[in-house]
Amino acid sequence: MIRTPIKALGMTALLAAALSAATIANAEEKKDFKVCWSIYVGWMPWGHLQDSGLMKKWADKYDITVDIVQINDYVESINQYTAGEYDGCSMTNMDALSIPAGGGVDTTALIVGDYSNGNDGIILKDKTKLDEIKGQNVNLVELSVSHYLLARALDSVGMSEKDITVVNTSDADMIAAYATPDVTAVVTWNPLLSEIVAQPNATEVFNSSGIPGEIIDIMMVNTDTLADNPDFGKALVGAWYELMGIMSSDSEEGKEARTAMAEASGTDLPGYDAQLATTKMFYTPDAAVEFAKSPELAETSKFVAEFLFDNGILGEGAPSPEFVGVEFPDGSVYGDTNNVKLRFDTSYMEMAAGDKL
Amino acid sequence: MRIINRKPSRVTSVTLTALPFAATIGAYALASHYRRLENPADKLLPSLQQMGETFWRMAFVPDKRSGDLLLWLDTYDSLWRLGMGMGTATILALTLGILIGFIPHARSTLAPYIATFSLIPPITILPILFIIFGLGETSKIMLIVVGTAPVMIRSVSQEVMNIPRELIIKAETLGASVLQMIFRVVLPQTLPKLVNAMRLGLVPAWIFLISAEAIASTSGLGYRIFLVRRYLAMDVILPYVVWITLLAFIIDRLLLLLSKRAFPWHHLGGESL
Repeated sequence: MIRTPIKALGMTALLAAALSAATIANAEEKKDFKVCWSIYVGWMPWGHLQDSGLMKKWADKYDITVDIVQINDYVESINQYTAGEYDGCSMTNMDALSIPAGGGVDTTALIVGDYSNGNDGIILKDKTKLDEIKGQNVNLVELSVSHYLLARALDSVGMSEKDITVVNTSDADMIAAYATPDVTAVVTWNPLLSEIVAQPNATEVFNSSGIPGEIIDIMMVNTDTLADNPDFGKALVGAWYELMGIMSSDSEEGKEARTAMAEASGTDLPGYDAQLATTKMFYTPDAAVEFAKSPELAETSKFVAEFLFDNGILGEGAPSPEFVGVEFPDGSVYGDTNNVKLRFDTSYMEMAAGDKL
Repeated sequence: MRIINRKPSRVTSVTLTALPFAATIGAYALASHYRRLENPADKLLPSLQQMGETFWRMAFVPDKRSGDLLLWLDTYDSLWRLGMGMGTATILALTLGILIGFIPHARSTLAPYIATFSLIPPITILPILFIIFGLGETSKIMLIVVGTAPVMIRSVSQEVMNIPRELIIKAETLGASVLQMIFRVVLPQTLPKLVNAMRLGLVPAWIFLISAEAIASTSGLGYRIFLVRRYLAMDVILPYVVWITLLAFIIDRLLLLLSKRAFPWHHLGGESL
């Protein structure tokens, strides 16, 4: 009997240790970094950076190591980053605000990679106009960028979510779901989108090119880690823009890189190029910096924060959409200045633009 | 005295039962405390108090968007699906189980088929279920049925075959018809075993209920968990997991109670889990 409580105490300590082993990436100087990404047209370069050795080349230059890890589930990759397993992760501006920033993890937008310019869309079956969506069940991944796109689209025709019913549907089952007779409206992203649009009764009635620059794909990194280790940021930015230069060129090398990325995402070069056509890539640091400094970014952040707040996902007990502060490159802040958790920092991209890496 | 003969007293027994639970909660509270020292808004391991507040909000504060009390709505919808699924599976298990166990021709026809069918992982035939049953309630209930019925049928038919041959021969000697034997001999012997099969079937039933709700849904306990997972709201997920566990435990105990009340002769053998 005496031994049992001691054993239990031991067990408790062990469990506690195991649980907190997944500790938050401590802000301190270090040499080894890990970032994660998931399959998406605009993020395929991350995989290629690792495979081609470009990342290693740049990490060696700054005498650090950077491991780029692919995670098969997008939300899981963000959750892992938020839990502190990774120092950076590729995600959209909206998910960065709701998951890490809303969860108190101070996060910096290091590389603004691209925005969706038709990669996300709304499809109706046997109907051809957006306002005919009224009263329908709409299948989509709830609380994802699809949901945001739908809210913005409904807004543009004077409707709101009250006019339709959202049915949460896993992206893995979207194509099978569309094949069933009771599914008449879906919102999804590429490559699923093009797959569904190809069906004879499907019409794309709205897509993200209608709200350009609002669904932004970004490499987000932990603000404290970046502040203590500027070399980490420099290595990532340097490697990224070297690959962007190669990728956007018409040379053999560029084609080779794009082919490798196409294969990694399960398609071929024409398929990947088609996806790139609906993605506004920022191939040069100048373009990315200009976009991040534009006043529209603040406007977008307001839309996104309001959408998240309306859906009750902007952090626990958030009293208003301004609960989490978002800082822009010029130092201005949207929302609570005492709770800034998401920062758009162009200084690293500017170093790349000025060849200072 | 050897350890196998030493029985804990009532107090010791209760303490021992509580120990692993208390240790788990203690470990959680510690780990959560240390994570929140670094980041007070940590989403991964929220404090017990915060989870309590969230649970209260889910149960008693109408939702901003729909005005529903989410916890009860989710619980009602999930239990309804579970009930329909388990009900169908139980009826199938009883009828097919007796047919297979009692009538050799039915056994030859169905037993290998059901044995084969029960080996198919139900999730893999999801797209087929969607196309046959649509995306609504039917396909969710069918997923539960497909996941639980085959195992329950096999277990019931085995129990029917285990009925002592002497009993059947005795009934035949006394001139009983097949139907009379089914209702007067087989059924009373099988019903308590059926409750057992249901209790075992509940485990996969819950798993398939949650997976079905994760795929396409507008409400339900599984729906909520997979929805809020999108923003790592562990303060919703953890209380929901505890709630699901509690519901499953209560249902299991109710079935045991039913079995003890309705078939007291089946429980003469002593303690059961």
